[in-house]
This record gives sequence, structure tokens and C-alpha cells, in this order.
Amino acid sequence: MFGYYLQLGLRSLRRNPVLTALMVLGIALGIAASMTSLTLFHMMGSDPIPWKSDKLHYVQMDNWDPNQPYGSDGSPPDQVTYRDAVALMQAGKADRQAAMFRVMLPVQPENPEVKPYLAVGRATFADFFAMFEPPFEYGGPWDHGADAQHARVMVLSHDTNEKLFGGQNSVGRKVRANDVDYTVVGVLKEWRPRVKFFDLSSGPFYEMEDAYLPFNTAIELQMQSVGNNSCWNNFGDGWDAYLQSDCIWIQFWAQLDSSSRLAEYKSFLDSYVGEQKKLGRFQRPLNNRLPDVNQWLANQKVVPKDVTVQVWLAFAFLAVCLINTVGLLLAKFIRKSGEIGLRRALGASRGQLFAQHVVESGVIGISGGLIGLLFTAFGLMLVRALYENYQNVAHLDWTMVATTVLLAIGAAVLAGLFPTWRACQTAPAAQLKTQ
Amino acid sequence: MLVMTHLQKVYRTHLIETHALRDFSIHVGEGEFVAVTGPSGSGKTTFLNIAGLLEEFTGGEYKLDGVDVGGMNDAERSRLRNEKIGFIFQGFNLIPDLNLFDNVDVPLRYRGFDAAERKRRIEESLTRVGLASRMKHYPSELSGGQQQRVAIARALAGSPRLLLADEPTGNLDSLMARGVMELLEEINRQGTTIVMVTHDPELAARAQRNVHVMDGQVTDLGEAPRFRKTPHAAAATA
Repeated sequence: MFGYYLQLGLRSLRRNPVLTALMVLGIALGIAASMTSLTLFHMMGSDPIPWKSDKLHYVQMDNWDPNQPYGSDGSPPDQVTYRDAVALMQAGKADRQAAMFRVMLPVQPENPEVKPYLAVGRATFADFFAMFEPPFEYGGPWDHGADAQHARVMVLSHDTNEKLFGGQNSVGRKVRANDVDYTVVGVLKEWRPRVKFFDLSSGPFYEMEDAYLPFNTAIELQMQSVGNNSCWNNFGDGWDAYLQSDCIWIQFWAQLDSSSRLAEYKSFLDSYVGEQKKLGRFQRPLNNRLPDVNQWLANQKVVPKDVTVQVWLAFAFLAVCLINTVGLLLAKFIRKSGEIGLRRALGASRGQLFAQHVVESGVIGISGGLIGLLFTAFGLMLVRALYENYQNVAHLDWTMVATTVLLAIGAAVLAGLFPTWRACQTAPAAQLKTQ
Repeated sequence: MLVMTHLQKVYRTHLIETHALRDFSIHVGEGEFVAVTGPSGSGKTTFLNIAGLLEEFTGGEYKLDGVDVGGMNDAERSRLRNEKIGFIFQGFNLIPDLNLFDNVDVPLRYRGFDAAERKRRIEESLTRVGLASRMKHYPSELSGGQQQRVAIARALAGSPRLLLADEPTGNLDSLMARGVMELLEEINRQGTTIVMVTHDPELAARAQRNVHVMDGQVTDLGEAPRFRKTPHAAAATA
């Protein structure tokens, strides 16, 4: 009977095109508003690296001002110092580890048609690529030897390779930046994690880097961090003083493949800080933390509060649209009461008529959902146009497409329940008189 | 076929009670053609609705084809209605946006026949009423008499044992009314029991038996002036 009900539902949509259009449009608008907000919420809050997010841990140690905590909630600083980053890298206690910071790279292209420009780079270690798994188009990451030798090597983003080499395989070619030649060892494919989780210091939706180079190389060339940089005391002048200071400007990630490795690493960190305390550093109480990716995103409140509020407001709007649909469906089904009575007389049970009208409401929901999907895509396009930082999150994925359609069907069926129930309650004899 | 014994139907509001049927008893035998007459408000339509299981009664007993319908739930009543009863209404009650084929198909869908069986029955019943060539037409493209014939085809498609007709010619001119009546008589001759509510004494006179209803009670169970033999009756006589 489902096929028959579906056929009747589609026929019924054509019967009152204006009424149908109003209902479908109402649902489509409500769905689009709620799904646009929900998509942003979902994409911002979803796990950016679900296959290993529980293995990647952000390192936090409390080297902050003994007289004033870093976070008002007692949380330790969200970056580490150069000294500590180097010490942790040299200790090599994690399964993989990578310290990193953002740098500015004044690129001088070989191609005279491309003018010199400022690119943004990430100075990091070879393990970065194995830990965060950016996909490679050509070549691959540099090796640990390149880290140790402060090699002048570079991994380019897809866009940079397009810009400098027209998208060709540029492995082995040179890129000149700030009068230093770097050999290209790898080119990434398009890589846009929804949230730039490995460095939230400049904002979770900040643009990805144009190139990656070894951390030690950047330090040797005295490249300044262009990310967040916080200091709580005066460290003196000069590059070396800066490197030895308690200023925090480096993100440090450790990959720990099991809970026992996590416990071991936590113990190692505690010992490390204990040693540092003996040297007069880390005067605050022991406060080491190793949140995994999702804990880190939650700690940093990656989903802005206004997005959460927007989701609630959008769902309130959907509720208003549904109430409107309830009214329209009520009118539609009351107009059909004669036919309902007739079908009862011809042998349809209340249950069968209820199912028929629920399917009819579902057909309205599917129509509203499909149009709502187009409106949602348009809404997200507007978000991308208005907010540059939301480029990677204002996209529908298949989960949200399915959610949109299911939500629309569910909403329409919900809106149709009361009118359907009302229509099926009237005695068939009374309905037949209205024919 | 249809036996009602001391049937009551009371409509209650919080202020008043209206007795639509009181101590209403009737027996309609297999293959009979019974006309139910009476003034407006006498309870004829209430009787027909209860007979067609469209309304519930508040007292007494009703047996349809030997089955006591009193304790049945909605699904059971709907099933019984679909299998045993065909309806013909004064206003034809065709669904305007379905063509003739799909209109006749409605009761068959609820019966659960497969597509081939439904098609066979639809074509057969539309052929029987002389409208097989117009099965893709819509009701608005037909005359009143033709629409009523479609309604009759719809009622017959499920091979009901009992046909309930509520003023079947009330919306038709005399020529069309005569055609519809002849069709009903033909259907009755082939064995279908017919109960017809009518105001028209001429039509009532064409039935085998007249039942007169007044104030919710049967007042006269007399034979119609001109008695015609049903096939069963004819066979019994032979």
C-alpha cells in the first residue's frame, strides 16, 4: 500500500498547487535556516581527524607567572616555550612528536610573471606529516635527517604549487624565500581540515599554510613567529634571549598510541617539570595536561557561543514554520474530509487513512527538504561569502544532506499528525454529507 | 443477509438526547431488493449508515451475513464493509482528480488484490455499466447518469453481497434515473441484495418490498405493489 499512498500523496500535491507551494516553501525555509546553522555547528564541532584523534595529544605545561594563573579557570598556557619544545623533541618520549609555529616567507618566484609575495609557512618537524596525515600530490615529507641537519627543504601546499609551478610536479625544484633557496621535497593535495586543530592560537578557522619547512631551519634563520606570542616577564634583548625566555609561542603535539603510552608520557612530563623546578623555572603548582584532539577543541571553545544561539533561534523559526504548516495541512485535510469519508465507506480503516495522510505529509516534507537543501546550500554560500574564516566549515557533507531530508520529512510528518488525526476522527457518514 | 433486532441509535450531547432509531427491527433476505421510504428526519439515512457500518448503534443487535457486528473494532468493520457492502450515493461521490479506472480501483486497493486482479475487475465492472471505453476519462467529463454508473461500477467491483443505495437517482433527470434503476434491477436479478433509501414512491414501487420508517421505527413492512421474482425465488418456485 505504500506505493499507492505515495501515488496519492503526489497527486494531492498537484491538487492545490498554491496551498502545496505555501507548505513546501514554509518547510523549506525553516529547514534551510536550521540546517545552515546546524551545519556550521556540526562542522565546527565534529572530529577533524576521527581515525586517530584519541592518539594525538596537545602538550600543556604551566610555566606561567607564579603570581597569576594563565587561565582564569586555572588552565595552563596553551603553547610552550622554545626551550621546552626543544627539550621535549630531544627527549623523544612520544611515539611521534612535533613542535611547530607559523612564519612569514617572502617568496621570490623564479617565474617573472609571478610577483614576489608574502607566503605563510609552518615551521615544524618531519613527524608533523605522519601525525596529521596531509595527503601528498607529489613527493613526500622530509626525513628526520633533514630536521637534524637544518636542511633547506620545503613541502608546498597545492595552491602554492599551482601558483609557482603551474601545478606541475615540482619535487626537486627550488623555491627562493627571503634570499634562501629551498628544495621542494613534496607537494600536498588540497588539504583543508574543517578546523585547523593543530594550531588554534590564530583562530580555529584560520587559513592553512602555503608551505612547510623544518623547525630547526626556521630557528637557524631567525624567523619570527607570526602566531600568538605571550610573555609574562621581561626576557631582555636579542634572538637568543628570546629563545631562552619563558615566552610561549610554540604548539607541541605528541602522538601516543595507547593509554599506557599516554600514562608514561604524562609521567615523563611531570618529571621534566620537576627537574625544571629545581632550576628555578615552573614555579606554579604542577599542572601538566595532555588533552586529545577533541578535548582540546572543547577546551578552546572552538564552536562560538553565538553559533549555538543561532542554532536555537533557527530551530525556533522552524517550529514557527511547522505551526504554519499544521494550519495549512489542517485546512487541506478538512477540505478532503469528503474523500476521507468516501474512502472509509469503501473499506479503508482509520489506520489505513492515517498511514495515507502521514505519507502525504512525508511527501510534502521530502519536497520541502529538497528545496530546503538548495536553500541551505545557498545559505552556506552566503556564510562563506560573508565570513572568510568559515570557508572550511560552511559546507554540507553527506551526513548533513541526509539529516536535512530526514529532518524535513520528520518535521512534515510531525506537522501532519494532528491534522491527520483530526481528519480520521470524523465519522465517515458525516464526512460523506460534505461531498 | 441483514438482520437488525431492536436496534437503537441515540445521539447525545450534554444537554439533549436524540433518538434517531428506536426499537428498529428489520430482516432483509438474500437477493431481496428493498426500498426504504419515509419523511425527512425519520431515520432512513441513519439506518443506511448503520447498515453500511459507517455509524455505530447504541443498542440492540445487528447481524450482517450472519456476523454480529456489535463488538467489532474499526479495522474489522472496515474489512467487512469492504468485502460485503457496496455503496451508491445520491451525489455519486466520485473522486474528481482520479479517472474512472482509478475511482473504481479505490475499494479494490483496500481489499489487497494484486494489480492484475484489480485490472480485471475494474474492466469487467466498467463494461457492465457500459463505460469501458471511457475508463481514462475524469468524472467531470461525464454526465450525471454516467457518473452514477461509475459509482455503481465501483460498488460492484468488489463483488459485494449487499448494495446500499442512498437516493441513487436523486440528482438525475427522469431519463437518466430510469437508466440507473434498470441497472440496479439487473444487478439485483443477478443475485445482489439491494437496500435503497428513496423519497420517490415510483422508484420504491419498483422494489420487491417497501419498508416505511417513521420516527426512527419501522412502521410498514409491506410488499411493494408489483412483485418481481429474484433468480433465487424463481429457482425455488421451479
